[in-house]
Amino acid sequence: MPELRDLYQEVILEHSKAPRNFHAITDSAQKAEGFNPLCGDHFTVYVNIDGDSIQDIGFQGSGCAISKASASMMTQAVKGKSKAEAKELFDTFHKLVTTGEVNGDRDDLGKLAVFSGVSEFPVRVKCATLAWHTLQAALEGKQEKISTE
Amino acid sequence: MTTAAKIPSTGSSGHTRSNSALFDVEKIRRDFPILARDVRGKKLVYLDNAATSQKPRAVIDAITRYYEQENANIHRGVHFLSELATSKHDRARQAVRGFINAADVKELIFVRGTTEAINLVAQTYGRVNVASGDEVLISAMEHHSNIVPWQILCEEKGAKLRIAPINDAGELILDEFAKLLGPRTKMVAVAHVSNALGTVNPLAQIIELAHKKNIPVLVDGAQAVPHMKVDMQALDCDFYTLSSHKMFGPMGIGVLYGKAELLEAMPPYQGGGDMISSVTFEKTTYNKLPFKFEAGTPDVAGALGLGAAIDYLNAIGIDKIAKYEHELLIYATEKLSAFSGVRLIGTAKERAGVISFVIENVHPHDVGTILDREGIAIRTGHHCAQPIMDRFGIPATARASFAFYNTKEEVDALVNGIMKVQEVFA
Repeated sequence: MPELRDLYQEVILEHSKAPRNFHAITDSAQKAEGFNPLCGDHFTVYVNIDGDSIQDIGFQGSGCAISKASASMMTQAVKGKSKAEAKELFDTFHKLVTTGEVNGDRDDLGKLAVFSGVSEFPVRVKCATLAWHTLQAALEGKQEKISTE
Repeated sequence: MTTAAKIPSTGSSGHTRSNSALFDVEKIRRDFPILARDVRGKKLVYLDNAATSQKPRAVIDAITRYYEQENANIHRGVHFLSELATSKHDRARQAVRGFINAADVKELIFVRGTTEAINLVAQTYGRVNVASGDEVLISAMEHHSNIVPWQILCEEKGAKLRIAPINDAGELILDEFAKLLGPRTKMVAVAHVSNALGTVNPLAQIIELAHKKNIPVLVDGAQAVPHMKVDMQALDCDFYTLSSHKMFGPMGIGVLYGKAELLEAMPPYQGGGDMISSVTFEKTTYNKLPFKFEAGTPDVAGALGLGAAIDYLNAIGIDKIAKYEHELLIYATEKLSAFSGVRLIGTAKERAGVISFVIENVHPHDVGTILDREGIAIRTGHHCAQPIMDRFGIPATARASFAFYNTKEEVDALVNGIMKVQEVFA
Protein backbone atom coordinates (compact mmCIF):
# COMPACT_ATOMS: atom_id res chain seq x y z
CA MET A 1 0.00 0.00 0.00
CA PRO A 2 1.30 3.48 -0.81
CA GLU A 3 2.55 5.35 2.21
CA LEU A 4 1.38 8.80 3.25
CA ARG A 5 4.93 10.04 2.88
CA ASP A 6 4.78 9.18 -0.85
CA LEU A 7 2.14 11.87 -1.10
CA TYR A 8 3.27 14.31 1.56
CA GLN A 9 6.94 14.56 0.63
CA GLU A 10 9.05 17.05 2.58
CA VAL A 11 9.43 19.31 -0.45
CA ILE A 12 5.66 19.41 -0.91
CA LEU A 13 5.00 20.18 2.76
CA GLU A 14 7.66 22.87 2.71
CA HIS A 15 6.16 24.58 -0.37
CA SER A 16 2.64 24.36 1.11
CA LYS A 17 3.81 26.15 4.24
CA ALA A 18 5.91 28.76 2.43
CA PRO A 19 4.62 29.01 -1.14
CA ARG A 20 6.83 30.83 -3.68
CA ASN A 21 5.53 33.60 -5.95
CA PHE A 22 2.50 33.76 -3.68
CA HIS A 23 1.30 37.21 -4.65
CA ALA A 24 -0.78 39.03 -7.21
CA ILE A 25 0.85 40.82 -10.13
CA THR A 26 -1.07 44.06 -10.19
CA ASP A 27 -0.11 45.07 -13.72
CA SER A 28 -0.56 41.52 -14.97
CA ALA A 29 -1.83 41.35 -18.52
CA GLN A 30 -3.27 37.89 -18.12
CA LYS A 31 -4.88 36.16 -15.18
CA ALA A 32 -7.36 33.34 -14.58
CA GLU A 33 -9.31 31.88 -11.69
CA GLY A 34 -9.44 28.18 -10.90
CA PHE A 35 -11.87 26.49 -8.56
CA ASN A 36 -12.45 22.99 -7.22
CA PRO A 37 -16.07 22.95 -6.08
CA LEU A 38 -15.62 19.60 -4.29
CA CYS A 39 -13.17 20.91 -1.71
CA GLY A 40 -13.34 24.66 -2.14
CA ASP A 41 -9.77 25.10 -3.41
CA HIS A 42 -9.58 28.43 -5.17
CA PHE A 43 -6.61 30.08 -6.89
CA THR A 44 -5.92 33.00 -9.18
CA VAL A 45 -2.87 32.73 -11.43
CA TYR A 46 -1.27 35.89 -12.84
CA VAL A 47 1.18 35.90 -15.76
CA ASN A 48 3.15 38.50 -17.63
CA ILE A 49 4.19 37.46 -21.12
CA ASP A 50 7.15 39.00 -22.88
CA GLY A 51 7.04 38.02 -26.52
CA ASP A 52 6.34 34.33 -26.17
CA SER A 53 7.95 33.74 -22.82
CA ILE A 54 6.54 33.79 -19.31
CA GLN A 55 8.40 36.72 -17.87
CA ASP A 56 6.67 36.78 -14.48
CA ILE A 57 4.12 34.63 -12.70
CA GLY A 58 2.34 34.71 -9.34
CA PHE A 59 -0.66 33.14 -7.64
CA GLN A 60 -3.04 33.79 -4.79
CA GLY A 61 -5.81 31.85 -3.10
CA SER A 62 -6.40 28.99 -0.72
CA GLY A 63 -6.27 25.26 -0.96
CA CYS A 64 -4.95 22.01 0.45
CA ALA A 65 -1.24 21.23 0.81
CA ILE A 66 -1.11 19.40 -2.52
CA SER A 67 -2.79 22.13 -4.55
CA LYS A 68 -0.82 24.93 -2.92
CA ALA A 69 2.56 23.20 -3.25
CA SER A 70 1.78 22.28 -6.83
CA ALA A 71 0.93 25.91 -7.64
CA SER A 72 4.07 27.14 -5.90
CA MET A 73 6.40 24.72 -7.69
CA MET A 74 4.65 25.30 -10.99
CA THR A 75 5.39 29.02 -10.83
CA GLN A 76 9.08 28.26 -10.30
CA ALA A 77 9.14 25.67 -13.08
CA VAL A 78 7.52 27.74 -15.83
CA LYS A 79 9.11 31.14 -15.22
CA GLY A 80 11.18 32.01 -18.28
CA LYS A 81 9.64 29.23 -20.37
CA SER A 82 7.74 29.74 -23.61
CA LYS A 83 3.99 29.08 -23.73
CA ALA A 84 4.61 25.90 -25.72
CA GLU A 85 7.23 24.69 -23.22
CA ALA A 86 4.84 25.36 -20.33
CA LYS A 87 2.13 23.38 -22.08
CA GLU A 88 4.54 20.52 -22.73
CA LEU A 89 5.61 20.52 -19.08
CA PHE A 90 1.96 20.40 -17.99
CA ASP A 91 1.37 17.38 -20.24
CA THR A 92 4.35 15.59 -18.70
CA PHE A 93 3.26 16.57 -15.19
CA HIS A 94 -0.31 15.43 -15.86
CA LYS A 95 0.94 12.04 -17.04
CA LEU A 96 3.07 11.77 -13.90
CA VAL A 97 0.27 12.51 -11.42
CA THR A 98 -2.27 10.31 -13.18
CA THR A 99 -0.06 7.31 -13.98
CA GLY A 100 3.15 7.76 -11.98
CA GLU A 101 5.06 7.54 -15.27
CA VAL A 102 6.56 9.98 -17.73
CA ASN A 103 7.29 9.86 -21.45
CA GLY A 104 10.98 10.18 -22.07
CA ASP A 105 13.23 11.80 -19.55
CA ARG A 106 12.01 12.17 -15.94
CA ASP A 107 14.70 14.84 -15.47
CA ASP A 108 12.61 17.22 -17.59
CA LEU A 109 10.31 17.52 -14.59
CA GLY A 110 13.07 18.51 -12.22
CA LYS A 111 11.71 19.03 -8.71
CA LEU A 112 8.16 18.41 -9.92
CA ALA A 113 8.94 14.68 -9.85
CA VAL A 114 8.08 14.71 -6.11
CA PHE A 115 4.43 14.66 -7.17
CA SER A 116 4.68 11.10 -8.53
CA GLY A 117 3.05 9.82 -5.30
CA VAL A 118 -0.19 11.60 -6.23
CA SER A 119 -0.95 8.86 -8.77
CA GLU A 120 -1.53 6.48 -5.86
CA PHE A 121 -4.19 8.85 -4.48
CA PRO A 122 -6.58 9.30 -7.43
CA VAL A 123 -8.94 11.66 -5.58
CA ARG A 124 -6.06 14.10 -5.15
CA VAL A 125 -5.13 14.39 -8.86
CA LYS A 126 -7.42 17.39 -9.23
CA CYS A 127 -5.64 19.10 -6.35
CA ALA A 128 -2.28 18.69 -8.08
CA THR A 129 -3.50 19.91 -11.46
CA LEU A 130 -5.77 22.82 -10.48
CA ALA A 131 -3.10 25.52 -10.74
CA TRP A 132 -1.84 24.09 -14.03
CA HIS A 133 -5.29 24.18 -15.60
CA THR A 134 -5.64 27.73 -14.34
CA LEU A 135 -2.30 28.71 -15.86
CA GLN A 136 -3.37 27.28 -19.22
CA ALA A 137 -6.53 29.39 -19.07
CA ALA A 138 -4.49 32.49 -18.24
CA LEU A 139 -2.12 31.82 -21.15
CA GLU A 140 -5.04 31.29 -23.51
CA GLY A 141 -6.69 34.48 -22.26
CA LYS A 142 -9.88 32.66 -21.20
CA GLN A 143 -12.24 34.79 -19.15
CA GLU A 144 -14.48 32.21 -17.48
CA LYS A 145 -13.58 30.64 -14.16
CA ILE A 146 -11.93 27.24 -14.55
CA SER A 147 -13.58 24.41 -12.64
CA THR A 148 -12.23 20.93 -11.98
CA GLU A 149 -15.75 19.52 -12.30
CA MET B 1 -40.72 16.41 21.53
CA THR B 2 -37.04 16.39 20.75
CA THR B 3 -34.18 15.09 22.81
CA ALA B 4 -31.10 16.85 21.58
CA ALA B 5 -27.69 16.70 23.14
CA LYS B 6 -26.95 19.51 25.53
CA ILE B 7 -23.22 19.97 25.20
CA PRO B 8 -21.25 21.24 28.17
CA SER B 9 -18.53 23.70 27.30
CA THR B 10 -16.10 22.34 29.87
CA GLY B 11 -15.50 19.22 31.90
CA SER B 12 -13.90 15.92 31.17
CA SER B 13 -14.85 12.31 31.11
CA GLY B 14 -12.69 9.39 32.12
CA HIS B 15 -14.74 6.82 30.20
CA THR B 16 -13.11 5.05 27.33
CA ARG B 17 -15.30 1.94 27.09
CA SER B 18 -18.14 1.72 24.63
CA ASN B 19 -20.30 -0.27 27.03
CA SER B 20 -23.52 1.49 27.65
CA ALA B 21 -26.34 0.77 30.01
CA LEU B 22 -28.72 1.65 27.17
CA PHE B 23 -27.99 -1.23 24.81
CA ASP B 24 -25.31 -3.70 23.75
CA VAL B 25 -23.36 -1.77 21.14
CA GLU B 26 -21.23 -4.75 20.11
CA LYS B 27 -24.37 -6.77 19.41
CA ILE B 28 -25.79 -3.88 17.38
CA ARG B 29 -22.58 -3.60 15.37
CA ARG B 30 -22.95 -7.24 14.35
CA ASP B 31 -26.31 -6.35 12.76
CA PHE B 32 -24.45 -4.14 10.25
CA PRO B 33 -22.42 -6.39 7.91
CA ILE B 34 -20.28 -3.57 6.51
CA LEU B 35 -18.92 -2.64 9.95
CA ALA B 36 -16.96 -5.90 10.01
CA ARG B 37 -14.90 -5.03 6.96
CA ASP B 38 -11.39 -3.65 6.78
CA VAL B 39 -10.41 -0.52 4.88
CA ARG B 40 -6.82 -0.09 3.71
CA GLY B 41 -5.71 -2.81 6.10
CA LYS B 42 -7.32 -1.10 9.10
CA LYS B 43 -10.59 -1.66 10.90
CA LEU B 44 -13.25 0.54 9.33
CA VAL B 45 -14.19 3.50 11.53
CA TYR B 46 -17.26 4.92 9.84
CA LEU B 47 -17.89 8.51 10.94
CA ASP B 48 -19.66 9.81 7.84
CA ASN B 49 -23.22 9.07 8.91
CA ALA B 50 -24.54 12.52 8.05
CA ALA B 51 -23.65 11.76 4.41
CA THR B 52 -25.28 8.36 4.52
CA SER B 53 -25.81 5.73 7.20
CA GLN B 54 -24.95 2.03 6.99
CA LYS B 55 -27.67 -0.60 6.65
CA PRO B 56 -28.56 -3.38 9.10
CA ARG B 57 -29.03 -6.94 7.89
CA ALA B 58 -32.79 -6.59 8.41
CA VAL B 59 -32.97 -3.86 5.76
CA ILE B 60 -30.77 -5.71 3.28
CA ASP B 61 -32.88 -8.85 3.80
CA ALA B 62 -36.17 -7.00 3.30
CA ILE B 63 -34.98 -5.71 -0.07
CA THR B 64 -33.60 -9.09 -1.14
CA ARG B 65 -36.77 -10.88 -0.01
CA TYR B 66 -38.90 -8.46 -1.98
CA TYR B 67 -37.08 -9.12 -5.24
CA GLU B 68 -36.74 -12.88 -4.61
CA GLN B 69 -40.23 -13.62 -3.27
CA GLU B 70 -42.63 -10.70 -3.48
CA ASN B 71 -41.95 -8.57 -6.56
CA ALA B 72 -45.02 -7.33 -8.46
CA ASN B 73 -46.45 -3.95 -9.36
CA ILE B 74 -48.77 -2.51 -6.79
CA HIS B 75 -52.32 -1.11 -6.86
CA ARG B 76 -53.43 -2.72 -10.08
CA GLY B 77 -53.10 -6.46 -9.97
CA VAL B 78 -55.73 -8.90 -8.80
CA HIS B 79 -53.12 -11.61 -8.49
CA PHE B 80 -51.50 -12.89 -5.30
CA LEU B 81 -48.13 -11.17 -5.62
CA SER B 82 -49.60 -7.81 -6.51
CA GLU B 83 -51.84 -7.94 -3.46
CA LEU B 84 -48.87 -8.96 -1.30
CA ALA B 85 -46.64 -6.17 -2.63
CA THR B 86 -49.46 -3.62 -2.23
CA SER B 87 -50.16 -4.59 1.36
CA LYS B 88 -46.46 -4.54 2.24
CA HIS B 89 -46.09 -1.11 0.62
CA ASP B 90 -49.07 0.13 2.65
CA ARG B 91 -47.58 -1.34 5.79
CA ALA B 92 -44.30 0.55 5.19
CA ARG B 93 -46.25 3.80 5.04
CA GLN B 94 -47.96 2.85 8.30
CA ALA B 95 -44.52 2.30 9.84
CA VAL B 96 -43.48 5.82 8.83
CA ARG B 97 -46.73 7.22 10.25
CA GLY B 98 -46.13 5.60 13.62
CA PHE B 99 -42.46 6.58 13.70
CA ILE B 100 -43.07 10.30 13.25
CA ASN B 101 -46.59 10.30 14.71
CA ALA B 102 -48.37 11.76 11.71
CA ALA B 103 -52.16 11.87 12.13
CA ASP B 104 -52.91 9.90 8.97
CA VAL B 105 -51.05 7.91 6.29
CA LYS B 106 -52.61 10.12 3.62
CA GLU B 107 -50.29 12.89 4.82
CA LEU B 108 -47.19 10.88 3.89
CA ILE B 109 -45.93 11.06 0.31
CA PHE B 110 -43.18 8.71 -0.82
CA VAL B 111 -40.53 10.65 -2.76
CA ARG B 112 -36.87 10.05 -3.69
CA GLY B 113 -35.60 11.88 -0.63
CA THR B 114 -35.55 15.19 1.16
CA THR B 115 -34.31 17.05 -1.93
CA GLU B 116 -37.29 15.91 -3.98
CA ALA B 117 -39.66 16.57 -1.09
CA ILE B 118 -38.57 20.22 -0.85
CA ASN B 119 -38.70 20.66 -4.62
CA LEU B 120 -42.21 19.20 -4.60
CA VAL B 121 -43.42 21.75 -2.05
CA ALA B 122 -41.67 24.66 -3.81
CA GLN B 123 -43.08 23.69 -7.19
CA THR B 124 -46.67 23.01 -6.04
CA TYR B 125 -47.53 24.90 -2.87
CA GLY B 126 -44.92 27.55 -3.68
CA ARG B 127 -45.99 28.20 -7.26
CA VAL B 128 -49.60 28.71 -6.18
CA ASN B 129 -48.99 30.74 -3.05
CA VAL B 130 -45.86 32.80 -3.71
CA ALA B 131 -46.26 35.80 -6.01
CA SER B 132 -44.19 38.77 -7.14
CA GLY B 133 -42.98 40.82 -4.16
CA ASP B 134 -43.59 37.98 -1.68
CA GLU B 135 -40.86 36.51 0.49
CA VAL B 136 -39.60 33.07 1.43
CA LEU B 137 -37.63 32.93 4.69
CA ILE B 138 -34.88 30.35 5.27
CA SER B 139 -31.96 30.24 7.72
CA ALA B 140 -28.25 30.80 7.13
CA MET B 141 -27.48 27.17 8.01
CA GLU B 142 -29.48 25.43 5.28
CA HIS B 143 -28.22 22.64 3.06
CA HIS B 144 -28.20 23.56 -0.64
CA SER B 145 -31.32 21.41 -1.04
CA ASN B 146 -33.25 23.84 1.18
CA ILE B 147 -31.83 26.90 -0.61
CA VAL B 148 -31.84 26.24 -4.34
CA PRO B 149 -35.49 25.07 -4.77
CA TRP B 150 -36.60 28.35 -3.14
CA GLN B 151 -34.17 30.39 -5.25
CA ILE B 152 -35.64 28.82 -8.38
CA LEU B 153 -39.16 29.62 -7.18
CA CYS B 154 -38.29 33.19 -6.18
CA GLU B 155 -36.58 33.84 -9.49
CA GLU B 156 -39.59 32.55 -11.41
CA LYS B 157 -42.07 34.57 -9.37
CA GLY B 158 -40.09 37.73 -8.74
CA ALA B 159 -40.18 36.95 -5.02
CA LYS B 160 -37.39 37.54 -2.51
CA LEU B 161 -35.42 34.94 -0.57
CA ARG B 162 -34.69 36.21 2.95
CA ILE B 163 -32.04 34.67 5.19
CA ALA B 164 -32.31 34.52 8.99
CA PRO B 165 -28.77 34.92 10.41
CA ILE B 166 -26.87 32.66 12.81
CA ASN B 167 -24.47 33.58 15.61
CA ASP B 168 -20.82 32.52 16.02
CA ALA B 169 -21.86 29.32 17.76
CA GLY B 170 -23.93 28.36 14.73
CA GLU B 171 -27.30 29.00 16.38
CA LEU B 172 -30.23 30.69 14.73
CA ILE B 173 -30.68 34.24 16.10
CA LEU B 174 -34.36 33.94 16.98
CA ASP B 175 -34.96 37.69 17.40
CA GLU B 176 -33.65 38.36 13.91
CA PHE B 177 -35.73 35.50 12.58
CA ALA B 178 -38.86 36.98 14.18
CA LYS B 179 -38.12 40.39 12.67
CA LEU B 180 -37.87 38.87 9.20
CA LEU B 181 -41.37 37.40 9.42
CA GLY B 182 -43.19 40.11 7.53
CA PRO B 183 -46.53 40.67 5.84
CA ARG B 184 -45.11 39.36 2.55
CA THR B 185 -43.57 36.18 4.04
CA LYS B 186 -45.38 33.25 2.43
CA MET B 187 -43.20 30.36 3.56
CA VAL B 188 -40.60 29.49 6.20
CA ALA B 189 -38.19 26.64 5.44
CA VAL B 190 -35.63 25.55 8.05
CA ALA B 191 -33.50 22.56 8.93
CA HIS B 192 -34.39 20.62 12.07
CA VAL B 193 -30.69 19.73 12.49
CA SER B 194 -27.88 21.37 10.50
CA ASN B 195 -25.93 18.82 8.48
CA ALA B 196 -22.74 20.90 8.60
CA LEU B 197 -22.81 22.08 12.23
CA GLY B 198 -25.12 19.70 14.06
CA THR B 199 -27.15 22.60 15.47
CA VAL B 200 -30.66 21.65 16.58
CA ASN B 201 -33.03 24.48 15.73
CA PRO B 202 -35.67 25.66 18.23
CA LEU B 203 -38.55 24.39 16.10
CA ALA B 204 -41.30 24.92 18.64
CA GLN B 205 -40.51 28.63 18.81
CA ILE B 206 -39.93 28.97 15.07
CA ILE B 207 -43.26 27.33 14.28
CA GLU B 208 -45.14 29.31 16.91
CA LEU B 209 -43.74 32.62 15.64
CA ALA B 210 -44.59 31.77 12.02
CA HIS B 211 -48.05 30.42 12.78
CA LYS B 212 -48.95 33.59 14.70
CA LYS B 213 -48.69 35.28 11.32
CA ASN B 214 -50.33 32.39 9.45
CA ILE B 215 -47.13 31.49 7.67
CA PRO B 216 -46.58 27.78 6.94
CA VAL B 217 -43.34 26.09 7.99
CA LEU B 218 -41.41 23.40 6.12
CA VAL B 219 -38.85 21.51 8.19
CA ASP B 220 -35.93 19.69 6.55
CA GLY B 221 -35.69 16.72 8.91
CA ALA B 222 -33.08 14.67 7.04
CA GLN B 223 -30.49 14.99 9.83
CA ALA B 224 -32.93 14.83 12.74
CA VAL B 225 -35.03 11.71 12.22
CA PRO B 226 -32.11 9.24 12.64
CA HIS B 227 -31.11 10.82 15.96
CA MET B 228 -34.20 11.81 17.95
CA LYS B 229 -37.90 11.32 18.40
CA VAL B 230 -39.86 13.57 16.06
CA ASP B 231 -43.60 13.99 16.41
CA MET B 232 -45.59 15.64 13.63
CA GLN B 233 -48.66 16.29 15.77
CA ALA B 234 -46.70 17.79 18.65
CA LEU B 235 -44.49 19.89 16.34
CA ASP B 236 -47.45 21.17 14.32
CA CYS B 237 -45.21 21.99 11.33
CA ASP B 238 -46.91 22.13 7.93
CA PHE B 239 -44.37 20.11 5.95
CA TYR B 240 -41.57 17.81 7.13
CA THR B 241 -39.10 15.88 5.01
CA LEU B 242 -36.93 12.81 5.61
CA SER B 243 -34.48 10.65 3.66
CA SER B 244 -34.43 6.90 4.18
CA HIS B 245 -30.70 6.49 3.54
CA LYS B 246 -29.79 8.77 6.44
CA MET B 247 -31.84 6.59 8.80
CA PHE B 248 -30.40 3.15 7.98
CA GLY B 249 -32.78 2.48 5.09
CA PRO B 250 -31.94 2.26 1.38
CA MET B 251 -31.02 5.18 -0.88
CA GLY B 252 -33.51 6.58 -3.37
CA ILE B 253 -36.53 6.90 -1.11
CA GLY B 254 -37.77 9.41 1.41
CA VAL B 255 -40.98 10.93 2.70
CA LEU B 256 -42.74 14.26 2.51
CA TYR B 257 -45.15 14.84 5.38
CA GLY B 258 -47.74 17.52 4.73
CA LYS B 259 -50.86 18.53 6.60
CA ALA B 260 -53.82 17.01 4.78
CA GLU B 261 -55.65 20.28 4.14
CA LEU B 262 -52.54 21.79 2.51
CA LEU B 263 -51.87 18.72 0.37
CA GLU B 264 -55.53 18.61 -0.71
CA ALA B 265 -55.36 22.20 -1.93
CA MET B 266 -52.03 21.83 -3.76
CA PRO B 267 -51.80 21.06 -7.47
CA PRO B 268 -50.09 17.77 -8.38
CA TYR B 269 -46.30 17.67 -8.86
CA GLN B 270 -45.90 15.15 -11.68
CA GLY B 271 -48.55 13.63 -13.92
CA GLY B 272 -48.76 9.97 -14.80
CA GLY B 273 -50.10 6.65 -13.62
CA ASP B 274 -51.21 6.05 -10.04
CA MET B 275 -51.82 9.76 -9.37
CA ILE B 276 -55.13 9.76 -11.29
CA SER B 277 -58.54 8.35 -10.61
CA SER B 278 -59.82 8.79 -14.17
CA VAL B 279 -58.40 10.08 -17.43
CA THR B 280 -60.02 11.19 -20.67
CA PHE B 281 -58.42 13.38 -23.30
CA GLU B 282 -60.64 16.21 -22.09
CA LYS B 283 -60.24 15.93 -18.32
CA THR B 284 -58.28 14.09 -15.68
CA THR B 285 -59.48 13.62 -12.12
CA TYR B 286 -56.66 13.25 -9.66
CA ASN B 287 -56.38 10.43 -7.18
CA LYS B 288 -56.91 10.94 -3.47
CA LEU B 289 -54.04 11.49 -1.04
CA PRO B 290 -51.31 10.38 -0.84
CA PHE B 291 -51.43 8.91 -4.37
CA LYS B 292 -52.13 12.29 -6.00
CA PHE B 293 -48.43 13.08 -5.50
CA GLU B 294 -47.06 9.65 -6.42
CA ALA B 295 -47.04 9.47 -10.21
CA GLY B 296 -45.55 6.34 -11.75
CA THR B 297 -44.46 3.01 -10.34
CA PRO B 298 -42.92 3.69 -6.95
CA ASP B 299 -39.75 2.26 -5.42
CA VAL B 300 -41.54 -0.57 -3.62
CA ALA B 301 -38.34 -2.31 -2.49
CA GLY B 302 -37.13 1.04 -1.16
CA ALA B 303 -40.32 1.56 0.85
CA LEU B 304 -40.05 -1.95 2.28
CA GLY B 305 -36.41 -1.29 3.17
CA LEU B 306 -37.39 1.96 4.91
CA GLY B 307 -40.14 0.10 6.78
CA ALA B 308 -37.59 -2.49 7.91
CA ALA B 309 -35.22 0.26 9.08
CA ILE B 310 -38.02 1.80 11.15
CA ASP B 311 -38.90 -1.60 12.66
CA TYR B 312 -35.23 -2.01 13.54
CA LEU B 313 -35.02 1.44 15.17
CA ASN B 314 -38.26 0.82 17.07
CA ALA B 315 -36.89 -2.44 18.46
CA ILE B 316 -33.92 -0.56 19.96
CA GLY B 317 -35.89 2.55 20.88
CA ILE B 318 -35.23 5.98 19.41
CA ASP B 319 -35.06 7.57 22.87
CA LYS B 320 -32.28 5.19 23.88
CA ILE B 321 -30.50 5.95 20.62
CA ALA B 322 -30.76 9.69 21.30
CA LYS B 323 -29.34 9.26 24.80
CA TYR B 324 -26.49 7.05 23.64
CA GLU B 325 -25.50 9.45 20.85
CA HIS B 326 -25.71 12.35 23.29
CA GLU B 327 -23.08 10.61 25.47
CA LEU B 328 -20.93 9.92 22.42
CA LEU B 329 -21.16 13.50 21.19
CA ILE B 330 -20.23 14.89 24.61
CA TYR B 331 -17.27 12.51 24.74
CA ALA B 332 -16.09 13.51 21.25
CA THR B 333 -16.63 17.22 21.95
CA GLU B 334 -14.52 17.02 25.11
CA LYS B 335 -11.75 15.10 23.36
CA LEU B 336 -11.58 17.42 20.37
CA SER B 337 -11.93 20.62 22.42
CA ALA B 338 -8.90 19.57 24.45
CA PHE B 339 -6.70 19.49 21.33
CA SER B 340 -4.45 22.44 20.76
CA GLY B 341 -4.69 23.54 17.13
CA VAL B 342 -8.17 22.06 16.66
CA ARG B 343 -11.13 24.41 16.41
CA LEU B 344 -14.74 23.23 16.49
CA ILE B 345 -17.01 24.90 13.96
CA GLY B 346 -20.52 24.95 15.39
CA THR B 347 -20.69 24.99 19.16
CA ALA B 348 -24.44 25.36 19.63
CA LYS B 349 -25.83 24.46 23.04
CA GLU B 350 -28.09 21.92 21.38
CA ARG B 351 -26.44 19.70 18.83
CA ALA B 352 -27.02 16.26 17.41
CA GLY B 353 -24.88 13.79 15.53
CA VAL B 354 -22.23 16.08 14.06
CA ILE B 355 -18.84 17.55 14.97
CA SER B 356 -17.31 19.90 12.41
CA PHE B 357 -13.74 21.01 12.96
CA VAL B 358 -10.67 22.57 11.40
CA ILE B 359 -7.03 21.93 12.24
CA GLU B 360 -4.71 24.90 12.31
CA ASN B 361 -2.53 25.13 9.20
CA VAL B 362 -3.92 21.94 7.69
CA HIS B 363 -6.55 21.97 4.97
CA PRO B 364 -9.55 19.65 5.67
CA HIS B 365 -8.86 17.78 2.43
CA ASP B 366 -5.44 16.75 3.74
CA VAL B 367 -7.03 15.77 7.06
CA GLY B 368 -9.46 13.52 5.17
CA THR B 369 -6.70 11.80 3.19
CA ILE B 370 -4.58 11.09 6.26
CA LEU B 371 -7.53 9.79 8.32
CA ASP B 372 -8.57 7.61 5.38
CA ARG B 373 -5.20 5.86 5.56
CA GLU B 374 -6.17 4.93 9.13
CA GLY B 375 -9.46 3.43 7.95
CA ILE B 376 -11.40 6.42 9.30
CA ALA B 377 -14.16 7.72 7.05
CA ILE B 378 -15.10 11.35 7.65
CA ARG B 379 -16.38 14.02 5.28
CA THR B 380 -14.32 17.01 4.23
CA GLY B 381 -15.49 19.98 2.22
CA HIS B 382 -18.37 22.42 2.40
CA HIS B 383 -21.02 19.74 3.10
CA CYS B 384 -23.37 21.20 0.48
CA ALA B 385 -23.68 24.26 2.69
CA GLN B 386 -21.32 26.82 1.13
CA PRO B 387 -23.04 29.83 2.77
CA ILE B 388 -22.15 28.40 6.21
CA MET B 389 -18.48 28.15 5.21
CA ASP B 390 -18.64 31.80 4.08
CA ARG B 391 -20.28 32.74 7.40
CA PHE B 392 -17.34 31.27 9.33
CA GLY B 393 -14.76 32.53 6.82
CA ILE B 394 -13.38 29.08 6.04
CA PRO B 395 -13.25 27.16 2.75
CA ALA B 396 -14.23 23.83 4.26
CA THR B 397 -14.36 21.74 7.43
CA ALA B 398 -13.66 18.18 8.45
CA ARG B 399 -16.84 16.60 9.77
CA ALA B 400 -17.24 13.52 11.94
CA SER B 401 -20.85 12.40 12.20
CA PHE B 402 -22.17 9.67 14.43
CA ALA B 403 -24.73 6.90 14.59
CA PHE B 404 -25.73 4.64 17.46
CA TYR B 405 -23.34 1.91 16.25
CA ASN B 406 -20.33 4.17 16.79
CA THR B 407 -18.30 3.77 19.97
CA LYS B 408 -16.01 5.76 22.22
CA GLU B 409 -13.14 3.60 20.92
CA GLU B 410 -13.92 4.96 17.46
CA VAL B 411 -13.80 8.51 18.82
CA ASP B 412 -10.40 7.60 20.28
CA ALA B 413 -9.32 6.34 16.84
CA LEU B 414 -10.35 9.71 15.40
CA VAL B 415 -8.31 11.47 18.07
CA ASN B 416 -5.27 9.32 17.25
CA GLY B 417 -5.83 10.06 13.58
CA ILE B 418 -5.81 13.80 14.26
CA MET B 419 -2.51 13.38 16.13
CA LYS B 420 -1.16 11.65 13.03
CA VAL B 421 -2.31 14.59 10.88
CA GLN B 422 -0.47 17.00 13.17
CA GLU B 423 2.61 14.76 13.03
CA VAL B 424 2.68 14.80 9.22
CA PHE B 425 2.26 18.56 9.15
CA ALA B 426 4.49 19.30 12.15
